[in-house]
Amino acid sequence: MYLTDRSAPPKAGAADQGRRRGPVSGVAPVVLVLGTVSLITDISSEMVTAVLPLYLVTTLGFSPLGFGTLDGVYNGVSALVQLTGGHLADRVRNHKLMAGLGYGLSALCKPLLLLAGSVGALGTVLALDRTGKGLRTAPRDAMISLSTPAGRQGRAFGVHRAMDTTGALLGPLTAFLILRAAADGYDAVFGVSACVAVLGVLVLVLFVPGRRRAPDAPGAPEEGTAGRQPVRVREALALLRLPRLRALAGCAALLGLTTVSDAFVYLLLQRRAGIAEEWFPLLPLGTAAVFLLLAVPVGALADRIGRRTVFLAGHAVLLTGYALLLWAPAAPALPFLVLALHGVFYAATDGVLPAALAGVVPDHLRASGLAIVGTSQALARFCCSLAFGAAWTLWGPGPALAGSAAGLLCCAVAAGVVLRPADEAR
Amino acid sequence: MTSTRRRLLVLVAAVLVLAGVGTGVVLHAAARADRQNQPQTGGPAVADGQLTLHQKKRLVFVNGAAGPHRTAVASVASADPKGRRTASDLKCARFYAAAGTGVCLQSTTGVLKQSNRALLLDANLRTRHTFALAGTPSRARVSPSGRFAAWTVFVSGESYSSAFFSTRTSVLDTRTMKLTPSLETFSVVRDGKPYHASDINFWGVTFAADDDTFYATLNTGNKTYLVRGSMSRRTVTTLVENVECPSLSPDGTRVAFKKRILSRTDLWHEYVLDLRTLKETPLAERHSVDDQATWLDDHTIAYALPSQGKVGTSDLWSVPADGTGTPRLLIAGASSPAPL
Repeated sequence: MYLTDRSAPPKAGAADQGRRRGPVSGVAPVVLVLGTVSLITDISSEMVTAVLPLYLVTTLGFSPLGFGTLDGVYNGVSALVQLTGGHLADRVRNHKLMAGLGYGLSALCKPLLLLAGSVGALGTVLALDRTGKGLRTAPRDAMISLSTPAGRQGRAFGVHRAMDTTGALLGPLTAFLILRAAADGYDAVFGVSACVAVLGVLVLVLFVPGRRRAPDAPGAPEEGTAGRQPVRVREALALLRLPRLRALAGCAALLGLTTVSDAFVYLLLQRRAGIAEEWFPLLPLGTAAVFLLLAVPVGALADRIGRRTVFLAGHAVLLTGYALLLWAPAAPALPFLVLALHGVFYAATDGVLPAALAGVVPDHLRASGLAIVGTSQALARFCCSLAFGAAWTLWGPGPALAGSAAGLLCCAVAAGVVLRPADEAR
Repeated sequence: MTSTRRRLLVLVAAVLVLAGVGTGVVLHAAARADRQNQPQTGGPAVADGQLTLHQKKRLVFVNGAAGPHRTAVASVASADPKGRRTASDLKCARFYAAAGTGVCLQSTTGVLKQSNRALLLDANLRTRHTFALAGTPSRARVSPSGRFAAWTVFVSGESYSSAFFSTRTSVLDTRTMKLTPSLETFSVVRDGKPYHASDINFWGVTFAADDDTFYATLNTGNKTYLVRGSMSRRTVTTLVENVECPSLSPDGTRVAFKKRILSRTDLWHEYVLDLRTLKETPLAERHSVDDQATWLDDHTIAYALPSQGKVGTSDLWSVPADGTGTPRLLIAGASSPAPL
């Protein structure tokens, strides 16, 4: 896939930007703005995520079991909403509007959390929050994609994901700072979270170029859509006839089917490496830290040596992580190593997959294309979670993981074949 | 340029306003937290004092009344529960004691997570041993002999399709100091057959007087069961469905429990189950009870209900165990009752 990317002529303005040094050199301003929006929004949402369990148990006195069962439904809804958000953004030819609606909806949910005193009400607010997240993902990624020349997509998405993850790390820190200042101050956490979310929406509204505004970034969103007929559902569905997109969506789904969800990875790590349970909440932070550090360099590497190679290598790294978990040597470095591999996997796949779409999907259908691939991956991962849970129940964690590892190996080989560069490749 | 400047000005103004609102919200919450630690007029009399688990005819609990002794382990005379409270300097989120052994579950806010621990206490409420906990304290129990202690915590973020919770129930043998970190390692017999599942959760242990038998709630596949377990054989067996937070009567013949009255809602009714006939008797309490009840004697049950109009505090109520009578306010601003 990277050959098509590279053969695309760099758009005006990209070349001289590329001469600047540093991790963000050659990254369009709109990517940095969107990264900032994501950073701010992730602080806001992770603040809530970090304290929500405590809030439910200690303040509302909820017995939280039975609450989680609805969560699976939300995951499905969120994935389908992503399709809707992506397609609508293309259809109204206004990615900023759709992304803004998504961010706005999630911001609105933060103060509503305080008013939700029952499981049903809280579930509704959380579902709305997820809907907002689903709506904004594809249009936001489309804006990143459309503002960046094809040869720099990996780095642009890397910068965005690094900023996003920074927010995810700062969120819990902020939340627990507030709880230390004000005992049981969950309302304060939600209040501050709402303020932060509003700030994120505001940065988006003020600094992301809209449809009508003259582009101040090379290849701003409206380019390529100007003067076109409105996008119809049929046209978006026709995307599925593009062999390259079908291959990417298929491989994303195939690999997603064998990618054990984060929660299970941490649980397996905790059990097999014998980590004391009180450290469990910190395991995701390890993955996030590695992801944060490597997102930009690995994204840039993908631009240079090919996204297919890096994307597949990422899964090979994950496979190594599974192997380590299966082997579980009694080494103190084991948890660090597994978390590092898990973080590398994210750095090599999370932003690299949408980056690979740039040369595949026409500009005016970019958000729809991103949504198709994103949704197939999300739904596949959810199916994997259910299957993994069932396998765990039937055969225990070790065989379940071994099965996933074998499946991942097969899927990665299949993906390697399906995604092999076209004949004209080197 | 002017457009950029205008946008920057709007941003700066918004940051100032939002920072102001955020600071205000935090200061308001901090002031409220401070008020909770100031004694309020009309509140109960609480005094520092010596509190030992060997005292007789006293009821120990976690004091919830506003003031410096809020969340401290306190006691009142069983005959005069509304009287003067004697408070220790031990602060707990959940507490239980029997036969000179106490368990205190504590929670403190750390930098990146909440820090939780269980303290094993001697009769003078001195810490014998500390155990790190995997999550937020929920239930605590000590066997009638004082030999076994059990606690349940909520652990977040580990179930597959959910970002939410599971429970972790640990049992400690205080004689050997051997800790069973999770009851999930015990073998399960459901409806007479061995049962395995990854979604098994236990909570709310209650011990019998024989220092081996215990009862608890088992949850799997969206169903809850009352289980009878054996510490020595490391097994549990399901008895009946839809039973949560069992509490065994002092004579060992009945179990008080909360029964979910509508699936998928947090509404429970308190019942008593006769273990010989498996007959369930609804108690006179009309409010939803979300607590592991405590038997004050063979005829009376005590439990916490959220205080009317106050978030985060509860009152202790008592009700006859045979379904008759009416609930009576036992101690206002209190939780985790343990009769001595």
